[in-house]
This record gives sequence, structure tokens and C-alpha cells, in this order.
Amino acid sequence: MSKTLFDKVWDSHVVRKIENGPDVFFIDRHFIHEVTSPVAFLGLKSRGNTVLYPERTFATADHNTPTINQHLPVEDPLSANQLKALEENAAAWGISHWGLGHQKNGIVHVVGPENGITLPGATIVCGDSHTSTHGAFGAIAFGIGTSEVEMVLSSQCIMQPKPKKMRINVDGALGFGVTPKDVALYIISQLTTSGATGYFVEYAGEVFRNMTMEGRMTVCNLSIEMGARGGMIAPDEKTYEYIKDRLHTPKGEAWDTAMEYWKTLSTDEDAVFDKELTFNGSDIEPMITYGTNPGMGIGITNNIPDAEMVEGGVATYKKSLGYMDFNEGEAMIGKKVDYVFLGSCTNGRIEDFRAFASIVKGKKKAENITAWLVPGSHIVEDKIKEEGLLEIITEAGFTLREPGCSACLAMNADKIPAGKLAVSTSNRNFEGRQGPGSRTLLASPLVAAATAVTGVVTDPRTLLKEEALA
Amino acid sequence: MAYDKFNILTSTAVPLPIENVDTDQIIPARFLKATERKGFGDNLFRDWRYNSDDTPKEDFVLNNPTYSGKILVGGKNFGSGSSREHAAWAVYDYGFRCVVSSFFADIFRGNCLNIGVLPVQVSPEFLEKIFSVIDADPNTEIEVNLPEQTITLKASGESESFEINSYKKENMLNGYDDIDYLTKMKSEIQEFAAERPF
Repeated sequence: MSKTLFDKVWDSHVVRKIENGPDVFFIDRHFIHEVTSPVAFLGLKSRGNTVLYPERTFATADHNTPTINQHLPVEDPLSANQLKALEENAAAWGISHWGLGHQKNGIVHVVGPENGITLPGATIVCGDSHTSTHGAFGAIAFGIGTSEVEMVLSSQCIMQPKPKKMRINVDGALGFGVTPKDVALYIISQLTTSGATGYFVEYAGEVFRNMTMEGRMTVCNLSIEMGARGGMIAPDEKTYEYIKDRLHTPKGEAWDTAMEYWKTLSTDEDAVFDKELTFNGSDIEPMITYGTNPGMGIGITNNIPDAEMVEGGVATYKKSLGYMDFNEGEAMIGKKVDYVFLGSCTNGRIEDFRAFASIVKGKKKAENITAWLVPGSHIVEDKIKEEGLLEIITEAGFTLREPGCSACLAMNADKIPAGKLAVSTSNRNFEGRQGPGSRTLLASPLVAAATAVTGVVTDPRTLLKEEALA
Repeated sequence: MAYDKFNILTSTAVPLPIENVDTDQIIPARFLKATERKGFGDNLFRDWRYNSDDTPKEDFVLNNPTYSGKILVGGKNFGSGSSREHAAWAVYDYGFRCVVSSFFADIFRGNCLNIGVLPVQVSPEFLEKIFSVIDADPNTEIEVNLPEQTITLKASGESESFEINSYKKENMLNGYDDIDYLTKMKSEIQEFAAERPF
């Protein structure tokens, strides 16, 4: 029978099927971090269970970590306590641990791929909804709760009903200044934040085929923001090129064997999806959000829609605009911004820093802007230095922080103050997400950079054009 | 952690007629720093419930003594966003045993089922009816009957059935959880793992 990419990977990981119940689903790779794992280890201990396959779990500290002075003791005692718990639990069970200060440390969804832990055809989970990132490699990857973290630790399995299947095709070519982040925000704006709930998505079409691995990671990362458990892209030469010779990638004969399997990982021609959607890449503009969920996004040159034009309840929509202190019909371009955040598992990779630097090069940070530039890992940080990007951003008046999740969820000290408006390359614009009372506009690294040098929401194409003409 | 058994719950309900309630609202990230599962109910809906000086916001439903009960009724797409199980813990720790909505986000629904909070998905029309009935009489009772898979407005007898797979239903009726099940099939899992290519 014809199968989709998702079917092939899912079905090969089912240990047991329960009638009118979930599948017992085997997990190849498990990431843990300091926030969603401590209670799982407590549960494990209280039941007298052990970690079944410690070599299949990888720990890194990211959610809580400071992004300045990482060599000093962590000031917040609660954060310090969680970091200590992660370190102790990892040590007690023989789990690999890349803690604060370790040269491999960084955001879990950045360090997994860059160290070859993420592989095509693998099943990957983590107590973090943006685990969907790893689907860029043709893996089935999704976020789980802490009870499930305990399940994976003790049995290497979770119990999941198989989701329905959706394919999203984006054909054609992307316009000038349109990035993978814009593609994702566009799709979410079309589907709403619940439009893909219950589904696992495969992204297909020319736009994704032409996208870099880092771009694919950005798109898959945001799958959860339309409600999908995850999204995936069939592996191709770019995928193999990216993973080859990384720390944990199979080597020699194991690579050849794996490659034989990976080459089978694509959707059969006549395979059927429960839902299929097609968009045209040329319809996509640089995007920006204006509300309090990632589905509330528009092309940057558009005005905020009227309540009557959007799906869903008018009361909820007005509450959202009220929180943002915006009005229906207003333009986004020109809105005065206070903070710019470049980073997160969505846009904290080297290509994002290259994009940011391409705009700020030779310009100066606007005086009204406080900018936080946070690399996704030490490896990204090192590349920023090696490629001369640090000099460019420093000359433009920016400073580089140390890796971590930072202001994406503001668990550490990087909190946008109440009432302040931030353009952020992260993934969520929920009320208070970046700090109590903070107001977030989600956008690409290009939009963030253009805004950082002008001080107001700016279409990056206007600056890129100037550059091209100069 | 095995949890309380769930059979028939009859209770008044707390209405929250807002759509897309995300888990950052249910429990903001800055309250996720515990290493034990304790006290999360205190910070349930923290920023909707309290001002920045920690005084209660009087217009928020949890601060309104008119409404109480073990059932929380939310708008469409309840529990979207972050996978934090802390959101389900906060709902449970506050005292809710059932959440009713016309649509749930996947991870939140799974997390609830894993800790003994029953997510009940009803039709949009029935959800509107529940909101209007509570609005008319905050003391009205709702019966959630897990064995029969029904939710009933006690005053009028109006009822709707809801879906739950039979495996999860057995678990909730008996207070079993998935780890109990998985640890019993350890050797089967080990045989499977031995065949994995990586």
C-alpha cells in the first residue's frame, strides 16, 4: 500500500498497537532540559524505575540560563536549582549533559541538529513544543509533557494515537526579502493557530526543496503554532550534506546502511493525505504579527484587519488588539518599537545572524531600540565570530549575548518590560510571553534588523533596495 | 504518578468564554521553576488573575465568588502553545477535575489525560448553551459521566455525548496511567530496540 513519508517513519516505530487506543511508539532520540524534566526524574525514582536507555537521552540547559556572564554563578536561586537538578539527574543516570558553560551548550533544537543527534527517519521527542524543528531532517519530532518524559526515560516509548496527515505545498519562488520565517507565518495566518490540530504536516513543493536546512528548521519549528503536533520535510542531498560527519552521525558502514534507509524516505506518488493545501510562494510578503497569537499575522505593508474580516469570536479579537494597544485598520509600518530580539530555536542560527548583519552593515542601531542578539548555541556564536559578523554588528552598535532561550519565553532575566513593544524573531506573541505586560510582534531576522536601525517597524525590502542601488 | 479515579462528576462550573487560551496564560513561564509538582494552582491564570502588585483583578472569573466548581469551561482551542504539563498541573492543583471546550490543543489534551483531568470536547452549540446556562444561574450543576461518556445540564436534562478512546477511559476510571502499562512490556520494547538501526 502506498505510504506517506510520515506513515513510513511512524509505522516502523510502533512496538504495539492497542485496539481503540494509542500506539506504543518507540523513541530513538530524547532531549531533556532543566524545566520539564525534574518532575519526570522524581516520578521515575518514586516508582523505583530506572532509565532504560540513557544513551538515547541528551540533556542541555537552555530555558533558564542567563545570556550574560555565564561564567558567574546563576543569580536566580530557583533557576540555579533547576540547572543543578538537571546536572545531578544526568550524572545519576549516565545521560550526556551539555550544561551551562559547556562548549556544546545551546538551545536544545539548535544543538541537536548541529551535533548530528537529529537524523532522518528517527523519532525525536522533548518536553518542549518546538521539538517539531527536527522534522526538517525527515524525522518525526514533537513536543511532549512531563509525564511522557518519564515514560521515555523508563521505557523509551510513549503512547500516542497516530495523528491525521496533512500536506502543505508551497510552489513557485519566494520574492525578494521573503524568508522561511515569512513562509511559516503566512501559512499560520491562513490556517489559524488551530487549523492543523490533530494533524502531522508534510511540507512539500519547490519552495521547501529550494530552502536551506536552516530555513527548513525554521518552518518545521513553527508547525506547532498552527496546532500541528509536528511538520516534516523529506530528506534530500541537502539533508545528507548537512548531517555528514557531525559528532553523532553514523560513520563508515553505518552511514552507508543508514543512507539506504534514508533514500526510501519520501511520500509515494499515490499516497493519500487526510488534508492537502497548496499555496503560491509569490503571494508571500515579509510578514509581521499584530495580535496575541501567531495566527494573527499579515504582510508587513498591510493594515490590521477589521474584526469582521477575521475568523473566530469578535470579543476575543478585540481583547487581543486591546492588549496590544492597536486599532483595526492601522498600518504596521512606522509603529515605534522599543526592543528587538534576534534569537530562539526559530531564528537563532548562523543564517539568521547573516541576514541580520546584511541589513545593519554600515548602519547604526536606532537610539530608541534596546537590542538583544542571542545566538542559539556556542557553535553559532563561534561562527558569528569566525565569519566577521561580530565586527559588523558591533560597528553598528549592537552587542552579542551568550546562548540560550532568553527573551523568547523570558524565564531568565531577559524580560521585555510591561507595555514595551518588541519585534522578535521568536515563535510566540502570547500575552506576557516575553515578560509580564510585554507586547510582541513576530517577524523575520530581516524585519528585525530593519526595525533595529530605523527604530520603527520597517519593511526590510526598502533598505535592501537602497543597498542594491548604492 | 497514578492519579484519582474519575467516574461521575457533578459540579457547578467556572466559565471562561475566551478563545485560544494558551498555556502561557494558564501558567506563565516564570512560574515553571519548581523541581517538584507542588503549588501550581496558586499561579493558575496568574496574569489574568492578579495585577502586577499581586492584588486580585476583580473582573477575572476566578476572583468572582459567584463562580466555583470542579469544572472549567473554556472557549475554542483551549490549551494551545507550549507543551508545559505545568498548565495541566495548575488546573488540577487549583481543584478542577474536568475541562470542557469545543476544541482542545493536542498536547494539553494529552497532558490532562495523563494526570487525571478529563478533557470533554462538546459541539460549539452545546458550549454556547453551557455558557448561557451558567450566565443565567451560576449555581447550575453539570454532570460529567465518564462511564456513559455524557455531559448533562442537570436543570434542563439537555445532554451531549463525548469521545474518549477506550484505553484512556479505562485508565481514568481506574486511576491507572501509561507508565504502569509500559513498564509491563519492557522485554517487548527491548526486543524492538535491538532491531533499531540507530
